[in-house]
Amino acid sequence: MNQPSIILIPFGYFENDFLKKIADDVGREYLLPVRIRDGHLDLSEFHDPVRRQYNGNALLKVVDSQFSAGSLKTLGLFSVDISIPILTYIFGQAYLNGRTGIASLYRFNNERYGMKKDEQLLLDRFRKEVIHELGHTFGLIHCHVPDCVMRSSTYVEDIDQKSAHLCFRCRETLGSSTELTNMPSN
Amino acid sequence: MSRQISLLIVDDEESVRDSLSNWFIEDGYRVECAENAKKTLSMLDSGDFDIILADIKMPGMDGLEMLRRIKSLNKDAVVIMMTAFATVDTAVQALKDGAFDYITKPFDPDDLSHLIRNATKQIFLAEENDVLRNKVIALENVEDLIGKSKPMMKVLKQVEHVAQSDSSVIITGESGTGKELIAKAIHSNSQRKFFPLVSVHCGALTESLLESELFGHEKGAFTGAMYNRKGRFEMADGGTIFLDEIATISSKMQVELLRVLESKNFIRVGGNKEIRSDFRVICATNRDLKSMVEKGTFREDLYYRLNVVNIHIPPLRERIEDIPLLVDYFIKKYCTTMNRPQITIDTAALKRLEEFDFPGNVRELENMIERAIVIGNGKEVRLKDLPLGKDLIDSTVESLDDHEKIHVNQILNKYRWNISRSAKALQVDRVTLYKKIKKYGLKPSG
Repeated sequence: MNQPSIILIPFGYFENDFLKKIADDVGREYLLPVRIRDGHLDLSEFHDPVRRQYNGNALLKVVDSQFSAGSLKTLGLFSVDISIPILTYIFGQAYLNGRTGIASLYRFNNERYGMKKDEQLLLDRFRKEVIHELGHTFGLIHCHVPDCVMRSSTYVEDIDQKSAHLCFRCRETLGSSTELTNMPSN
Repeated sequence: MSRQISLLIVDDEESVRDSLSNWFIEDGYRVECAENAKKTLSMLDSGDFDIILADIKMPGMDGLEMLRRIKSLNKDAVVIMMTAFATVDTAVQALKDGAFDYITKPFDPDDLSHLIRNATKQIFLAEENDVLRNKVIALENVEDLIGKSKPMMKVLKQVEHVAQSDSSVIITGESGTGKELIAKAIHSNSQRKFFPLVSVHCGALTESLLESELFGHEKGAFTGAMYNRKGRFEMADGGTIFLDEIATISSKMQVELLRVLESKNFIRVGGNKEIRSDFRVICATNRDLKSMVEKGTFREDLYYRLNVVNIHIPPLRERIEDIPLLVDYFIKKYCTTMNRPQITIDTAALKRLEEFDFPGNVRELENMIERAIVIGNGKEVRLKDLPLGKDLIDSTVESLDDHEKIHVNQILNKYRWNISRSAKALQVDRVTLYKKIKKYGLKPSG
């Protein structure tokens, strides 16, 4: 029997090395195997020309319905600017207690804010966002502990201030998740 | 966060409701949604929400009209209006109608987080403010409990014991003895001290007013009922309700009161929803409830329901040794209030006060001292500053016999010619008192 795993699906160009580092960090945080699988979507269908952004709700739905079969959790990785009808932008979103989430790299680039390119910072921000959205799929809600990865972040500065790890309490909640406790051991 | 905040999202677009609802659930809020104003108002009928986030443009009743309706039901409701078609006029109108804030769709996620955080902070501050205000009021007033006499020490001991329990209490005592202060002392020493102490003066209200005051009313329940109003039982949730002058309530109210005390459930006047409130009851009266029960003017079942513990406050004339302490306390209190230097009382004035029988008890003494400080010379309280009137011995009478005659006559009149009580007050036996009556030719007046 295959052990349930977390699947990361890049939609768009991501360097292999970058993806591998993200997958390693996710695996260490959730103690689960993480695999990277290719995904292809015509993103023009999700583009809103008025807002010049991509519809996050529609992207989440399509990743959930077409790409998540057979995995414990699936996270779609994007490099385009994502928004939802009510918010001007989002870094990512996920189904709370569901099996799917999405995260975008677009707003994590330092150059967007008139600062010097920083590959390490970009990787750091994105892995936090990926771990955060996966946390929601495991039923974790926003946490008030300042350096917990589940702390709500609406600016990149918020993301920079928190760590890439779950706090003790979130880890405890995660440990009592039936999905993890019912998993077959190696 | 000390408790989970509840949010109601009102928008006719499903995608907006879903997005906002997901966003807030992830933030740890309890979220419910409604697609129009009609559903919102019916949801508000069956439960309260801390924050209502409502769209302005909706089919049917629009958001601004809904805001006015919500505010007419609950003027403290925190309502945030949102719109995709922002104009200065609608924003100003929404704020004038009582909206907490106004936000334009789509929102910046950070603006939304800040807005909800501010609204939450305001809700917690308002709640904390209520609790602290009640606590401060209670603590301030407990300071007024002065007394080292034996009967007063007994009362204070009882207060200490009773405060630890949750039993109903009846406080009895003459007018002006400080029944309300004792109620406050019980409350502020009890486990309910961080919740409100709500006082109702039953004697000051007509039957219908008392009913609306105690149970609250719904908008339109009677002429002048412009708003939904919480009753005192509802306000006392978690705390204590103090029913002063309980003996004055009508038979109908006695029945209603008994029902509420037994079930802790009630319905607002003109309403149909049962409300539950967890409160402790303390009552006070200057009348003899037991004899009212015997005469059939007070329900026996209600009497026993209320009279789990009885605290009797002795009149001031039975605790003369407390008078100097009280005088000292009231002088300090009123000199501070009136921003005057602290003064003392001269010996003659204090002696006269100790001889006075104070039918109005501590309240009368307090008023006397306040008056003396207002009209006095600012250095000390003198005998001539005290309005002791005819109750004291006329200083033109010089012979001892005349003094005795006047004093014995006063005591007899005071106790309505009850020989045993008069003799006890004069500290003589009954035979001696009969001899004095005969000697001075005293007769009941009228």
